[in-house]
Amino acid sequence: MIEMRELRKNFTVRVKAGRLRREKREVAAVDGVSLSIARGEMVGYIGPNGAGKSTTLKMLTGVLAPTSGEVSVCGLRPVPQRTRLALRIGVVFGQRSQLWWDLPLRESFRLLRHVYRVPAAEHAARLRRCQELLDLGDFLDTPVRQLSLGQRMRGELTAALLHGPEVLFLDEPTIGLDVVSKQAVRSFLGELGRAGDVTLVLTTHDLADIERLCRRLVVIDHGHVVHDGTIEQLHARYGSRRRLVADLDTPLPPGFTLPGATLTSTEADGHRVTFTLESIAAGAAVAALVGAVPVRDLSVVEPEIEDVVARLYTDVSGAP
Amino acid sequence: MDALDASVPAISPRRPISASVATFRALVGSGFRRYATYRQATLAGTFTNIVFGFLRCYVLLAVAAGAAGGAPGGYDARQLATFVWVGQGLLNVVGIWGWADLADRIRTGDIVADLVRPISPVTAYLAADLGRACHALLTRVGPPVLVGALFFPLATPSRWQTVPLFAVSVLLAVIGSFACRYLINATAYWLNDARGPLAFWTLGSGVLAGLYFPLRLLPEWATVTLWVATPLPGLLQTPLDVLIERDPPALQAGLVALQAVWAVVMLALARWVQRRAERRLVVQGG
Repeated sequence: MIEMRELRKNFTVRVKAGRLRREKREVAAVDGVSLSIARGEMVGYIGPNGAGKSTTLKMLTGVLAPTSGEVSVCGLRPVPQRTRLALRIGVVFGQRSQLWWDLPLRESFRLLRHVYRVPAAEHAARLRRCQELLDLGDFLDTPVRQLSLGQRMRGELTAALLHGPEVLFLDEPTIGLDVVSKQAVRSFLGELGRAGDVTLVLTTHDLADIERLCRRLVVIDHGHVVHDGTIEQLHARYGSRRRLVADLDTPLPPGFTLPGATLTSTEADGHRVTFTLESIAAGAAVAALVGAVPVRDLSVVEPEIEDVVARLYTDVSGAP
Repeated sequence: MDALDASVPAISPRRPISASVATFRALVGSGFRRYATYRQATLAGTFTNIVFGFLRCYVLLAVAAGAAGGAPGGYDARQLATFVWVGQGLLNVVGIWGWADLADRIRTGDIVADLVRPISPVTAYLAADLGRACHALLTRVGPPVLVGALFFPLATPSRWQTVPLFAVSVLLAVIGSFACRYLINATAYWLNDARGPLAFWTLGSGVLAGLYFPLRLLPEWATVTLWVATPLPGLLQTPLDVLIERDPPALQAGLVALQAVWAVVMLALARWVQRRAERRLVVQGG
């Protein structure tokens, strides 16, 4: 459904090089990205600020022309065939609006039906479905400028889906939303993904979005793909480990070791210890610890995707 | 979700004309409704138009009284008063000033939402602008013309073709004005901020379109040059000259033809610039 080969986008920036002189310099925002996304896949596309996520999305939607490389979406070349492509994709930019600011939401939807030439019955059926799932009923007649961010985002999602797109591009769709709105958006997208007809590409900084929605995770940094696989693979690759946190009645005896685990922190005068489990099962570690010292309470903490990604970002950014 | 994504949309890339007309009409409607939302602005604008109408009218009538033969630039007092009051009404229909939507969207990067739609931004904005003009035609023309007619003697057309010619001329003025404004706004693709060109446009267009004084008051060589070499007289002066029958029938029709040529040229230029801009576009912001 989506193919990118050696996709690259350079921007020219002018940098000060003396009192009056300015030098032109080429900066690669996307630097040789190759990806292939199949129909019905849900792909999370993440990376730190300025990594090239939005630039990639803009090239995929035909808004930006690539400097080099090849790209095809729905079998079309995005820039030269942008208008045709626009009929087959849906786009939501979390920080921009595609609705008509001064008009009620219902009017925006009606206009989109004409712009996308959707038969009235199809349009009505899709709108009804979105209205149910996203709970639009209360604010369909409110002008867009008066909507809250959460309401507007639900409107944006509907607007992107009313023409039945094959691919949905979402650029930070949950940015700035409160917990309830985030959940509404996520569960809606989840349901959309389960039906399996829509290919979904999602960029976000909220990794919970990815965990809930995307089997596949692509991490980009400095224009390069640094990871392409499942979340589990990411954990495996970057050595995510479970941790054992224990509250003790007495501090650990000096020189105490737990084979297959490392002591990573000691707090509360030695009454709380944290072990990172390297090559030992959680059960065995618990048994060994309980056998050695009196334990008041303990818990096994799963690795968090935030930590892995934070490490990944710093590793890549710190690399020469 | 079956109902949501059951099928690829039944849209043919080869679009039937009737569907294009429906899309265009819907967008015209959106422009109309957008302006219909702001009633107080319409009222305040109309009041300002009327106040300035009195100022302009008294100045021009004073000029006429002082001119040799009482007909400066070939206009008599009735024609001048009509020029002013209908001009005050048309000012907002043609909408020379105050449109920076496109420049703002380019500057903020919101233009990206226009570019992911299956319709050219020039067409979409033109349709919305025609809707705006329809709204202005219904709300902004009547009051100043009525006030003008109450306080001054106005000229009425004597030829049968004047009214249809005037209607065509107003439509062409709206299209020409839209294309000019689109081009000025589009400089933001290159400059990021179009406030400079917009200020320059506001200053220049009022004078050279015939808003401040009829262009026929200028020496003949200047008038002819402006008419032939620029689209500006076509934005206001031409429709007004057509309405007050300043010229014999052949020239009256010829001016509208010239206006049509300029409208087409400017619209084509706007499309060309838009395509060029898309090729070098850098969308601002993440």
